[in-house]
Amino acid sequence: MAELDLKQLGVRGVNSALHGLVDGANEQDWLITNPMGQHAIACGLDAPLNVTIKGHVGFYCGGMNQHAAITIQGHAGVGVAENMMSGRVRVTGSASDSAGATAHGGLLVIEGDASSRCGISMKGIDIVVGGSVGHMSGFMAQSGHLVVCGDASDALGDSIYEAILFVRGDVSSLGADCIEKEMRPEHLAKLTELLAAAGMEGEPAEFRRYGSARELYNFDIDNADAY
Amino acid sequence: MAAETPRTLPRKSATFDDYTLSEIRRAAATGIYDIRGGGAKRQMPHFDDLLFLGASMSRYPLEGYRETCGTKVVLGTQFAKNPIELDIPITIAGMSFGSLSAPAKEALGRGATIAGTSTTTGDGGMTPEERGQSKTLVYQYLPSRYGMNPDDLRKADAIEVVVGQGAKPGGGGMLLGQKISDRVAEMRDLPKGIDQRSACRHPDWTGPDDLAIKIQELREITNWEKPVYIKISGTRPFYDTALCVKAGADVVVLDGMQGGTAATQEVFIEHVGQPTLACIRPAVDALQELGVHRKVQLVISGGIRNGADVAKALALGADAVSIGTAALVALGDNDPALEAEYNKLGTTAGAYDDWHEGRDPAGISTQDPELARRLDPVAAGRRLANYLKVMTLEAQTIARACGKSHVNNLEPEDLVALTVEAAAMARVPLSGTEWIPGQGKY
Repeated sequence: MAELDLKQLGVRGVNSALHGLVDGANEQDWLITNPMGQHAIACGLDAPLNVTIKGHVGFYCGGMNQHAAITIQGHAGVGVAENMMSGRVRVTGSASDSAGATAHGGLLVIEGDASSRCGISMKGIDIVVGGSVGHMSGFMAQSGHLVVCGDASDALGDSIYEAILFVRGDVSSLGADCIEKEMRPEHLAKLTELLAAAGMEGEPAEFRRYGSARELYNFDIDNADAY
Repeated sequence: MAAETPRTLPRKSATFDDYTLSEIRRAAATGIYDIRGGGAKRQMPHFDDLLFLGASMSRYPLEGYRETCGTKVVLGTQFAKNPIELDIPITIAGMSFGSLSAPAKEALGRGATIAGTSTTTGDGGMTPEERGQSKTLVYQYLPSRYGMNPDDLRKADAIEVVVGQGAKPGGGGMLLGQKISDRVAEMRDLPKGIDQRSACRHPDWTGPDDLAIKIQELREITNWEKPVYIKISGTRPFYDTALCVKAGADVVVLDGMQGGTAATQEVFIEHVGQPTLACIRPAVDALQELGVHRKVQLVISGGIRNGADVAKALALGADAVSIGTAALVALGDNDPALEAEYNKLGTTAGAYDDWHEGRDPAGISTQDPELARRLDPVAAGRRLANYLKVMTLEAQTIARACGKSHVNNLEPEDLVALTVEAAAMARVPLSGTEWIPGQGKY
């Protein structure tokens, strides 16, 4: 495994080294040391690399990732894996606000908790959170899956579109147009698949499913109280 | 036979004028606020309230058609490896595929490229037609992030982080379901036919401190090659411009309330924000105070219509201007030749602004394939290029008359104002006086 010392190279040096790698490059496994909570580490990767970051990271780690598998051995700041297109990002600790925001694809696994707005405007990503999520998680979530093994705080799934939310614990409150829905066999199968992919233990039958009531999809003045 | 008692003429209220009465009736009948496209239509101080002084005994003019008057502008010289070089200081503002048809987006790209300037994407992402026809394309980074992806980000020539829009400062947007075709829906990752909301705040940053980090991320992803613009609305231009600089902008795009939108509430368009004219000097003050005027470029938009407007904006300190509504008119929007069709929609050429309904007879603000086919992108692009060239020639004509060898050499000293309001906003003397309201000499 090749090593990149961020203390020596800086964020630019580390990202520049990783951006220069293409599919099939000799060295596919990378270790980033001394991340020191810096921002924008390993963002914009575009090759099937395995990148391990030893320590805590700041904002937007793994942002817009394509193809790479990134493991953060620590906590992550705001917007981890934001707008990810494909690949995997794993956080062994907890994540701050807006984890997986607007992401189109790939798998984001947060072993600890995720703060508010987890999966905000998600557009196809799958997110699995081992702990709980903060308020407004799944806000305006368009598609993809958000799995919460713990609890969800206020206004879960507010103004949600077609994303599917699974929560095992308590939900403080649901946001506008978000309702609990029947957990059918295909949902149990998908949840089983997601938990397995994330390496999370959990009995799918213990989860409940939430999604859009689709009442606010087209503006109607009689729904003004809901806006 | 007794003479009839003289009667006064019927008198309509200035407060409750015909438009106001019609809006009350419309609201009472529908129970919903009025939505429309475009910018503020109300009368307000604007560039027409300024005049150039021209050369005289104390100023030498340059000879028209003989002595050079430069128009090139470079945007993004602060941090980007590859700044944008434009032949003219007039760019095409961000307008989305979705709100506009594919031929309209293609025509904007064609026209801008012929004229040597840039065009800009909009909410909904980058289309291949637009990228293909635009030599220089600015990719907008909006709160919705519809269609946002790193491949297109790398294909762009510059990135514009949109914080605000002059027509609706602090507001998001809504693309109504009737304009959501299969292609638009696919680009935005949403089902066909539903209203698509564009958020008013970004999902993963709040405030200038966070924005600085977001810009760092965008620069890292694109290897620090692309200039990063920040687009703000004309609300608190001094502080907002200063905060853009703090956040690391290469270029500040400042959009006054005459700037158009694809659709928002009439009450929002007409009652929130400041006139473009009022925004320029405070923004320039901020840049000068921070020592970055001309290093961080300022692009002004909102109601730019001709070369005189361009010259006046530049004289007040802008590096370039941007046009949206005027560009659509050049393509064919609101053409009187389509009067009969506008009448069928209950309006008239020159007033059509129901762009959100998708029934534009000019084929511009629509996703209806039949209507969209009406717009020939090659011919429309040529019209836009012609218009841009005329604007540039007009600005050069004025600059030469003021003795300037480059349009960016125009300065406030070249201007006077026709009204007290314009004098105060532009901080140039009221015509015939030395009085600049708020600055003494009265």
